[in-house]
Amino acid sequence: MKQLILPAVAATLLLVSFLRDRTRTAEAVRIAIRRFTGILAPFLAMLSLASLAITLVTPERLSALVSGEHMWLSTGLAAIIGSVALMPGFIAFPLAGILLENGVPYMVLAAFTVSLMLVGVATFPLERAYLGTGVSLVRNGLCLAVAMCVALVIGIVFGELR
Amino acid sequence: MSPSQTSRLLKRLALPIAFAMFVAGSLLFDLSAGIRAGRNFLSFGREMIAIVPATFILIGLFEAWIPQEKIERHLGQEAGFASHFWSMILAGSTVGGLMVAFPVAYSLRRKGARHAVVFSYLGTAGVVRVPMTLFEMSFLGVPFTLVRYAVALPLLIAMAEILGQVLDRRGFEMRTPSRDTTAGTRPHPRRPE
Repeated sequence: MKQLILPAVAATLLLVSFLRDRTRTAEAVRIAIRRFTGILAPFLAMLSLASLAITLVTPERLSALVSGEHMWLSTGLAAIIGSVALMPGFIAFPLAGILLENGVPYMVLAAFTVSLMLVGVATFPLERAYLGTGVSLVRNGLCLAVAMCVALVIGIVFGELR
Repeated sequence: MSPSQTSRLLKRLALPIAFAMFVAGSLLFDLSAGIRAGRNFLSFGREMIAIVPATFILIGLFEAWIPQEKIERHLGQEAGFASHFWSMILAGSTVGGLMVAFPVAYSLRRKGARHAVVFSYLGTAGVVRVPMTLFEMSFLGVPFTLVRYAVALPLLIAMAEILGQVLDRRGFEMRTPSRDTTAGTRPHPRRPE
């Protein structure tokens, strides 16, 4: 049931858009198809790797590994991985959804996704070209701190921290 | 499709194809781990099959209906605290990750935006981007998104305001990236986001 909300919203908006402006709607669909086919290959690769990984490390073991007393360590690690990785949101959030269902706490996923979006180790050379080394370091450092703050509050709100 | 296109496609699909062959082989030789991996793939895939195309339809509608240039023009002149609001709206409509955000931030500065606004744009671009948020809500739930906004936005805007003022006082200026520094980082922007 929950999985049907988003498709229903998308279908409704598509219909409204179609009634108001056909050419614009056609353009929207074109953009959607282009972006979707663009990520299909990396998306299938992510699903393959996640399926393998979950088979090797069972959900129970994964959950024991990253929550409980290891919560802080795995949150920190997730923030580091998120800072270093270069991964579009279309891959990262479905992956986070799979991890969530297999026992990874919200707090760890928050550290990963927020640092992924805010901190850029891989994009550092580009950033330095615009902002210079010093300011880039400060910006990334502060953003990493923000990611940890979000993870902390998520951990409290979702009752994963005691 | 030309032969070079086919081979490029095959290369991009190498991992999923290898995985499919592994699962097929496992079925043939009755390897339980491989069969379980295949089942995982199907169950993960079944969940994505409705959500992912729907999200892309929303993204397409968003891009077709909301012209980014219009918001961008607003930002150059707007001063005061309202400018953070506009930079957030612009950030929301940004498509792409930090790779795209830096050039946009640079053009904002050239159009006269304050440094504080440039930094709040860079920060909020990692928080409120609509396509990304749609995916997040679908897979981690709306409460997760709400908490993330509530914590990250005030922190990032405060940070941008302080950083911007310190940098203004020190006479900082964003650089014009020379061609070679950016060309080396990523010759083919492949992120389709």
